[in-house]
Amino acid sequence: MSSNVTRRLVLRGTAVAIAGAALAAPSALAAGRAASTAATDHSGHGGHGGPEAFDEVYQGRRIVGRPAEAGSHGAHHGGGFSVLIDGQELHVMQNADGTWISVVNHYEPFATPRAVARAAVDKLRGATLVPIAV
Amino acid sequence: MAVRKNQATLTATEKRNLVNALLELKRSGVYDGFVRTHNEFIMSDSDSGDRVGHRSPSFLPWHRRFLIQFEQELQKVDASVTLPYWDWTADRSATSSLWGADFLGGTGRSRDSQVTTGPFAYSTGKWNINVNVDSRPYLQRELAAGGAQLPTRAQVDAVLAMTTYDMAPWNSASDGFRNNLEGWRGQGRIHNSVHVWVGGQMSTGVSPNDPVFWMHHCFIDKLWADWRRMHPTSPYLPAAGTTNVVDLNDTMRPWNNVTPADMLDHTKFYTYDR
Repeated sequence: MSSNVTRRLVLRGTAVAIAGAALAAPSALAAGRAASTAATDHSGHGGHGGPEAFDEVYQGRRIVGRPAEAGSHGAHHGGGFSVLIDGQELHVMQNADGTWISVVNHYEPFATPRAVARAAVDKLRGATLVPIAV
Repeated sequence: MAVRKNQATLTATEKRNLVNALLELKRSGVYDGFVRTHNEFIMSDSDSGDRVGHRSPSFLPWHRRFLIQFEQELQKVDASVTLPYWDWTADRSATSSLWGADFLGGTGRSRDSQVTTGPFAYSTGKWNINVNVDSRPYLQRELAAGGAQLPTRAQVDAVLAMTTYDMAPWNSASDGFRNNLEGWRGQGRIHNSVHVWVGGQMSTGVSPNDPVFWMHHCFIDKLWADWRRMHPTSPYLPAAGTTNVVDLNDTMRPWNNVTPADMLDHTKFYTYDR
């Protein structure tokens, strides 16, 4: 797994990342994320052990990661964390070593829920997720 | 006694009979029931909770029972059919005969990963993807894409040499034969990396949508048989009393009438060609 320090810096400042996403195409996001590294953590979840929330547009798709709401699918199986692509829930799961997988990449662990969400967008090639059947 | 063969050795007639039986199970709806069951287990099996089909000691006996049930359905259509296995340490190329138009068809086209050759291409009208995680109704593959690697024979041999079946914490963090074969750890990430190498639905929770799923798992099942022959005194573990885990004599969902102990000797059900 990558350095926690680096990861925290990258994920810190969700509000700035949202602003960047709302303004422009994915190419603007790198700049938005770079700027966010110096911003204050507004997510309210830093340092509490769980993955930090994110909200961005990646390859034209809005990906959101956040602590699961009670009763949602993520609350049961996602280690208390939900990931959505364009508002549809992507089933994610945390492995014992802290890595993450999703239902569209179920045999290949990624370091963070954001990396899993981006990998899912890559794999979907524009297709929409269908509601989880379980 | 049914004999399961290497897919590379099948005759043209054997390939045709298998393909026809697969298409009939698809037409009748039986096939999609297996996809649904697999996805339900893969989404609910978790490292910190109840785990039966994956990331646990019962990964091997669960899939053995799942394949026997599927093979029995094939045999209701054509009694001559048995599941073949794909030895991906030997047939490592996207141009191997496995992927021929007379058998499984080839990789997906670059635009959308859609398989367009062989009997499972969407254009045939006979292989719609109904149990799915996204909106695409066609079979997808991305053979060998993105730097994915198949395990090597040396990597498989290193795993077969492990003498302990499984170890606490009995999940994706375990050392031992089962988890190194399943591929959550170790060189080659054996079983998992084959799913990733094929890509498309094979890398998702609905992986049985691709008929190669059965041939991949048949080879994993054969490797379990090979391992038992190499380590005749190594037992299935754990033996008893393990929370969230299927012990030797616990029944497995969804059948609830079969235990790992019942699945240890595959020769009660079938043999392998070598």
